Amino acid sequence: MDDLLLEFLTETNESLDVVDVELVKFEQDPNNAQILDNIFRLVHTIKGTCGFLGLPRLESLAHAGETLMGKYRDGCPVTTEGVSLILLSIDRLKAILADLEANGTEPEGDDQDLISELERMALAAESGEEAASTEEPAAAEASAPAAEEEAPIEVEERELKPGEVPLDELDRIFNETESSFDAAAAAKEQLQEALAEVKGAKASAEEAKTETSEDVKAEAKAESADDAKAKSEPEKKAPAKRPAPAAPAAEGGDKPAGEKSLASQSIRVSVDTLENLMTMVSELVLTRNQLLEIVRRHEDSEFKVPLQRLSNVTAELQEGVMKTRMQPIGNAWQKLPRIVRDLAGELGKEIELEMVGAETELDRQVLDLIKDPLTHMVRNSADHGLELPADRAALGKPEKGTIKLSAYHEGGHIIIEIADDGKGLPTERLKQKALDNELYTAAEIDRMSETQIHKLIFHPGLSTAEQVTNVSGRGVGMDVVRTNIEAIGGTIDLKSQEGRGTVVMIKIPLTLAIVSTLIVESAGERFAIPQLAVVELVRAQKDSEHKIETIRNTPVLRLRNKLLPLSPLSQLLGAEPVIEGDGDNDSKIMEIGEEGFIVVMQVGNQTFGLVVDAVFHTEEIVVKPMSSMLRHLTMFSGNTILGDGSVIMILDPNGIANAIGSAIDSEVAEQTDTDQKAEVSGEAEAVSLLVFRAGGEEPKAVMLSLVTRLEEIQSEAIEHANGRDLVQYRGHLMPLVKVNEDMQLRDKGTQPMLVFADEHRSMGLMVDEIVDIVEEVLDIEVTSEKPGLLGSAVIKGKATEVIDVGYFMPLAFDDWFMMKDVGSKRESFDVLLVDDSSFFRNMLGPVLRAAGYNVTACEDAQQALEMLEDGHQFDAIVSDIEMPGLSGYEFTSQVRKDSRYANTPIIAMSAHASPAAVERGREAGFSDYVAKFDRTGLIAAIKEQTSEVELAA
Amino acid sequence: MSAIRDANNDDSRIASGLDVLSKDVTQYVTVYIAEQLFGLPISRVHDVFTPDTMTPVPLTDNEIAGVLNLRGRIVTAIDMRWKLDLPPAGEGINRMAVGIDYKGESYGLIIDKVGEVLNLPMAEREPNPVNLDPRWAVISAGVHRLEGTLMVILDVDRVLQSMSESVAA
Repeated sequence: MDDLLLEFLTETNESLDVVDVELVKFEQDPNNAQILDNIFRLVHTIKGTCGFLGLPRLESLAHAGETLMGKYRDGCPVTTEGVSLILLSIDRLKAILADLEANGTEPEGDDQDLISELERMALAAESGEEAASTEEPAAAEASAPAAEEEAPIEVEERELKPGEVPLDELDRIFNETESSFDAAAAAKEQLQEALAEVKGAKASAEEAKTETSEDVKAEAKAESADDAKAKSEPEKKAPAKRPAPAAPAAEGGDKPAGEKSLASQSIRVSVDTLENLMTMVSELVLTRNQLLEIVRRHEDSEFKVPLQRLSNVTAELQEGVMKTRMQPIGNAWQKLPRIVRDLAGELGKEIELEMVGAETELDRQVLDLIKDPLTHMVRNSADHGLELPADRAALGKPEKGTIKLSAYHEGGHIIIEIADDGKGLPTERLKQKALDNELYTAAEIDRMSETQIHKLIFHPGLSTAEQVTNVSGRGVGMDVVRTNIEAIGGTIDLKSQEGRGTVVMIKIPLTLAIVSTLIVESAGERFAIPQLAVVELVRAQKDSEHKIETIRNTPVLRLRNKLLPLSPLSQLLGAEPVIEGDGDNDSKIMEIGEEGFIVVMQVGNQTFGLVVDAVFHTEEIVVKPMSSMLRHLTMFSGNTILGDGSVIMILDPNGIANAIGSAIDSEVAEQTDTDQKAEVSGEAEAVSLLVFRAGGEEPKAVMLSLVTRLEEIQSEAIEHANGRDLVQYRGHLMPLVKVNEDMQLRDKGTQPMLVFADEHRSMGLMVDEIVDIVEEVLDIEVTSEKPGLLGSAVIKGKATEVIDVGYFMPLAFDDWFMMKDVGSKRESFDVLLVDDSSFFRNMLGPVLRAAGYNVTACEDAQQALEMLEDGHQFDAIVSDIEMPGLSGYEFTSQVRKDSRYANTPIIAMSAHASPAAVERGREAGFSDYVAKFDRTGLIAAIKEQTSEVELAA
Repeated sequence: MSAIRDANNDDSRIASGLDVLSKDVTQYVTVYIAEQLFGLPISRVHDVFTPDTMTPVPLTDNEIAGVLNLRGRIVTAIDMRWKLDLPPAGEGINRMAVGIDYKGESYGLIIDKVGEVLNLPMAEREPNPVNLDPRWAVISAGVHRLEGTLMVILDVDRVLQSMSESVAA
């Protein structure tokens, strides 16, 4: 038999048993909405499962039953008649299931009798009491005795199982009772007769028991052929009850043959049994370890060999028992592809199911518990989430919708995501639904965020499907899911974007799972940290590159150019901080630093370092929940017994993160803040500046990007020739230039200098001292007439002279810029430079001028446009992209509109030279695109562009 | 017959023991905590053991001595000296533990030493003296006058309940 079917049978039988019990409870307490909800859910699940397994009889019957219960749930008065009818339907379901189990197919037959009854009842319930009042008393009267008699029959039933003849009789009687309201009394009589008959049949059944199962079945078949309606509920109740121990006497018939095949495939063992087994094995392991220890002390022990064997067997046993509990999550996904396939057919959609992380292992118990929720959610995604192919195409999405299931471990939890690229949750309709169902008032809903509204779908009795379909849409799905997930201590979350899709995230705690942990020591005690949260281990030593530093007593670590916040585990765990006065704080931390190990952990997007005293080894452990008395400790997620028999506490990475928590949170937030600021100021052209001093105390600065290298050269190496200072540098003579004449060269030691290189030439600009490299938005506030200075700006709060490199270059080589222009046909080109930053205008102006261009600078696009309007002719335009007012793109588009400048080369300059930006530049009409600080590139670009134009001309 | 039924009602463990003498007699495991004799109903005690390697649990009250491994089960140990506001045991004293179950979880009450098992008639049990330290009164179910000493009946459930409450609070 199909595995799927087998599973369905087991599950459904279990559910039906529960429904039985619950229904009886419900009858006694019809106002208990919780019981009804529970029943409703179970029947809903059965219906859904039947649907995709292709069991139309079961499905239609369950659907009818569910419809009636839906009415009750909506507040229609509950009648005994109705409950009885539902009970009968349940019995019929069980009978069909029993047949299904025996034969592998749904038995022939028709349940129209029950279905029409259920429908009638549902209608009656809906149309209200007036309509029902005429009918109800009679109906109730009729069915009440029937129900009454139901009980004794059931009791007899079990013992009479093989006697199927009288049961048929009962069915007939029952049908009669239903059809004629005042026949109740008569029916009672008949029933009594029937019971007598049944008793008589019991005797004959005893004989029949000796017959083979085939015979019994054949008999049953013959009978069902006789009467199409013969598959009555009492008859079927019998086989359904078979597995129940209440029918031991009747077990002899056709049942064992059918059951055996199922039993041989697998057995169901309760997790408790496994848990016990696990405990025993742990015990065994401990004892073995002790024995091994004893034998180790006695060199030539005769126990050695047998103990070795014992040891191996124990290890295998342990592994085996562990394995019984763990299963890859893929097992729970097995039936999903088929479900999705069938659903796709049923709904006329194209659906692709992607599954990632199927190998993620889960505790068997957890797996069982999430199976149904997962199925529900996938069905939901397929039914409600994804649109019809035509609708998808209209929205520009691929016709085939995708449902993606993924599973992975994170921070000691298992995360399962179900994502679809469908239409997302309809926020407005959810609001409306919530209002209609009076879950919230309009005012409350107005205050809710979109996310909160989306979460309403977890509320019982809220379905967004406009049509109640067979697949789903009664508003139990997500409610069931949440109940099941929360029952195992998990959480469920949901993200949805209308038109884009929905992602449901399930987070299941590791309480039952085996995890790999790192064993560390802090304050003399050992603790286990789940490996999943551990990124790396760093050993901090006083003199190594990794040393713990402090900022106002907060320990931090430099790790690959990032500051990692640290927290000593002992402190988190409340060990007395050893502070003997304020001043000693540092030394205390350094003490940790000398011998400390840092466990770098990542939880969500928080990264931090945990300082521990020692790191031992990793160990696979089974997490055991802490006693309820310790459960308030968020710092621990559980405890476990290690191989050596000692108990160890397992740290909860989330708890630790929270404890270190708010501080880091805000730090991270700040960091992103400054990151963003940096980005923003990047737009405002923050540049790296090299600050130095040369000839005087006042700081000077130069764009770092212009500097090729920083060098220190021995004073003795500086030579003088032809009235210049020179140094032999990399096999060439490099001219040295002083920043200003007042500057004294050093006689001894090293002379710091900035080296500017350009292709095969370089020059050294000698300075007194290199002070710093700073990132600052450069705004030259006071321009300078003094040669060599662009002007003054405030850098790091100090007035700083910004030097003009373009001035010094010709000082080193008279022909520095000239030689580049060799081969250019015209000596003079007119270039329009558009840049809002005065610094760049000031820097590029001289550079371009030195390269032989006549430069006209404009500080914004508007001014440039005006100049062009006025008829100024330029051979090339160099424009910044990011400018206030008109951007470079807009500026270029405008320029291109003017036919006069259709062919003028326009070169874009931008700090952001991403491919996308370059592309956008080309679209806007830029001829070329160079990075902002690429002087050489700019000149080359201008030259290339202008010569192209010339050639074209 | 009635005795058996009663015993069953009380706790199934009792039925198997010697205590089926009369319904009026309760069996107590006696323990010493700082020289004071306490009695625990034997039905609640399923183990007496020596706690060897105890793992302290940080961030908990002093009353929680730690967790330990008792034959594969993790037992939460409660230091009765702390619980009863008695001075900590001196160095070198080998302490014992009484294993009990409470709401399906295993706990160990750390005591100083275990005494004999006593059969005491219920009728002789006296209520707590009104002037008993409230910390003791909460977890005491009465007092038995023995020859030369008094035995305080330790109500195991209340010991653990009071602790859970303090956790919840």
